[in-house]
This record gives sequence, C-alpha cells and structure tokens, in this order.
Amino acid sequence: MTLTLIIIQIIKVIAIFVGLLTAIAYTTLFERRMVAFIQGRVGPNRVGPAGLFQPIADAIKLLFKEEFIPDKANKVLFSIAPLLSFTTAAMAIAVIPVGDSITIGGYQIDLVISDLNVGILYIFALSSLAVYGIVLAGWSSNSKYSLLGGLRSSAQMISYEIGLGLSVVGVLMLSGTFSIAEIVRQQSGSILNWYFFKQPIAFFLFFVSAIAESNRIPFDLPEAESELVGGYNTEYAGMRFGLFYLAEYCNMITISALAASLFFGGWSGPFLPPIIWFLIKVVIFLFVFVWVRGTLPRFRYDQLMRFGWLAIIPLTLVNILITGLVMVLKG
Amino acid sequence: MANVIFYILAIIVLACGFMVVTRKNAINAALYLVVAMAAIAGLFAQLGSLFIAALQVIVYAGAIIVLFLFVIMMLNLKRDEFGFDSRLFQRLFGLILGIIFIIQLILIVSRFRPGLPAQAIDPAMGNAAAMSKKLFMQYLYPFEIVSVLLLAALIGAVVMASKRKDR
Repeated sequence: MTLTLIIIQIIKVIAIFVGLLTAIAYTTLFERRMVAFIQGRVGPNRVGPAGLFQPIADAIKLLFKEEFIPDKANKVLFSIAPLLSFTTAAMAIAVIPVGDSITIGGYQIDLVISDLNVGILYIFALSSLAVYGIVLAGWSSNSKYSLLGGLRSSAQMISYEIGLGLSVVGVLMLSGTFSIAEIVRQQSGSILNWYFFKQPIAFFLFFVSAIAESNRIPFDLPEAESELVGGYNTEYAGMRFGLFYLAEYCNMITISALAASLFFGGWSGPFLPPIIWFLIKVVIFLFVFVWVRGTLPRFRYDQLMRFGWLAIIPLTLVNILITGLVMVLKG
Repeated sequence: MANVIFYILAIIVLACGFMVVTRKNAINAALYLVVAMAAIAGLFAQLGSLFIAALQVIVYAGAIIVLFLFVIMMLNLKRDEFGFDSRLFQRLFGLILGIIFIIQLILIVSRFRPGLPAQAIDPAMGNAAAMSKKLFMQYLYPFEIVSVLLLAALIGAVVMASKRKDR
C-alpha cells in the first residue's frame, strides 16, 4: 500500500522533471525560431527536420566546453551559484498541477508532485532564494562587470518580488486558499469563473512583475550587453553558463504555468484532456514572453526601479483595497 | 523517522550558527546564516507549520540576508576591516543584553517538560487561517503596536537616507 504510493510519487517526480527539462530545451528553440520570425530571419533550421534537434546539439556543445574558472574567483561559490540558480528554478514546478486527479487501478493520483496548502508562498520562497544564485555569481567572479550585473539584478528581483507577491493577493482573497490546485478547481466549469475576469488589473501587474522577476527584456538590465558585457554570468562558460540559461527558461515556464493556473483556469477546459488544455495555455504565455522580447526595447535602470516602486507596487495595493471593499459590500 | 530529521536539522542550525559567529569573512558568515535560517524553516515545516516555514524562508533566508549581502558587497569589506567596534558603551550594552538573554534561556530550559507534543495551533483550520485568526483577533493590539514600531523605523530610514542626498 504505502510502497505503491511511494512508487507512484517517484514516477510522478521523474515524469514531471523530465517533462520540464524537455520543455526547457524546446522553449529555447521556440524562442529562437519565433524571434527570427518576428525579425524576418529564418532562425536555426539546420539540425534535424526544421531544426528540431538544435537543443540536443546545444546541450552537447555546452557539456563538452572547457569549464573555465577565473584565477581570482572564489572557487567554491563560483561553482555553487549556477547550481543554486537552477535548483531553485526547477523546484518551483513541484506545486503546479498539470491536470485533474486521475484514478488508475483504484489509486487516486493528483497530477501534481505535492499539493501544498501554501503552494503560492512556496513559489515565492523559492524565488526569494533564487536571488542568491545571481548575487553570488556576480560577486564570486571577482570581475566588475559581473559584480555590477549581480547587484543590479538582485536589486531588481527584490523590488519586483514585492509587486509579484502583492499582485496575487487579490486572487488569494477571492479564493481563500494558497493551494494552486484548489484555485484551479474553483475556476473550472465556465470561462466566466476565470480569475482573469474578476482580477484583470492584478493579472497585468502580475505578468509585468513576472517578466521583470525573470530578468527578461524589456527588464533585462542585469545582462544589458551594451553596457555590462554579459552581466552576472560574464565569467561563466560551458555547463555552468548553461545552468543559468536553463534557470531563465525554467522561470519562464513556471511563470507561464502559474499565470495559467491562477488567472486562466489552469487545466480546466472543454472536450480536450486537462493536460492538453494546460499545455496550450502555457505555450500561449511562452509566446507572449517571446513576443514581448521581439518587440520592446530595454528600460533604463532608474526607469525600471521607479516603475517598480512608484507604479506597480502602489497599483497592487489599490487593487487589494478595491477587492476588499467589493468583498465587504457583497457580504 | 521524524526524530532523525529533527536532529539532522538541529545539528545544521547549530553548526551554521557557530560558523556565522566565528567566520572572519563577512560574506561567508552571511551565507552560513542563510543555511541556518533555511534549516529553521525546515524545523517549522516538520512541526506541520508550513505557513510559518514559507514565511521564514521568504522574509529571513530571502529578503533580509540578501540585503546583508548587498551591503557587504557594496562596501567590499575585506577580512581585516571587519572587526569589532571598540566603542565602550556598545560593549557594555552588549554585555547587559547577553546576560539578560542567558537568564531567559536558563528560565526556558528549566521549565521544559519532556513529552509535550509539538503541533500546529489548529490543524483542522489550516495554518494561514489559524494564524491570522490569532493575530488579528486575540493579539490585535500587540500586532498593531509592532506595526507602528516598524513604521517608525521605516520613516526614520527614509529621513536619514534623504538627508544624505541634500548635502
């Protein structure tokens, strides 16, 4: 009995983790092809049919490159930083449900690794730990470009984490729970149950903060090539660099999955199986990420901080107040 | 099983705490503090209090120590520059606080009864709900007083920072 449950749990962990890694690999290809399309180029299409084996070629290249550590770097922290970055990013997927519970051979299986009753806080906790990967990478490289990039990005991540946390409070107030699976269940049935329609402002604030939190264009100041060479990962090469790269795409996927689950009904939808609906919604958000990257120029650093503290955070507070007011008036 | 996990976490907390106060390099000290805080979150989680465990990581392991690291990196403190402040009243004050702390510790340990089960306030209600009921109903006034204190500190910080700018 318990042994079966443990085996089921292990299978779930492996399946979701392998799925995540595959998704990360193909998100890189998806992004490159899409950006190429937006810019009127062709993009990588040489390896395999339509470039489908490109991620494998990239992985092999990264794995076989020389692992170079600068002479004056702090060697221990230099090696730990990319691991921290990727583990914190990958762990977040554990609380996101990819489908409804299914029953196989008398066992009810939830399609989520662990349905924590503090699921959303767990994700925020991990994202607050993810800052360490970047700060330590910047500091331990012992290079001014890395340090500046690391400090910039940690300041940015701390600032936008507040906006990210406060923007979902409206949804939490309406749903009355921190469990993501429960929030998804509340939105099933009708498209009008989606929290997007009850909390539209919250969604936009959430998504803008999320783009900033994952350090992507138009908020990719940490790796502003033209001023900082490469940001916190300037001194990295090979698979250590690869891990930062994986972490960024992993964050994109987590945020897309979170946006789909919190605001757009997660796996719920008619006709198609729940997992397919979940994947469709996630891919749509990934497309928005790429679309934004292909369209918008980069912010200046002071604009970015002012935008975070003077626009996003006050608006989230107003949203919370209005939500509270409406809830009290409705009874 | 639960005991084994408890002892592992407790050893991590104590060992990292020891490392924090003995490291000469401020960055390493701060990093050991992160591990200690994360292990304390593990202890909360083991008591079934996932809500407090998550807050522990978000607030202490996340936000606060990142700011520590930030300051240390900005000032770029070297091994030698990071020493004890030799001002007399600070040492005196530290000594008095240390004695009070030790007395409190002795009182707590002497009142400890083995066999008391550790559990969340009200497991049926869920941590977050149980916490907020206690906080906003039973302990409302202490809570408000603490928040006024924090607000005062916040305003103080802003005033000091903006004064620096005018000069």
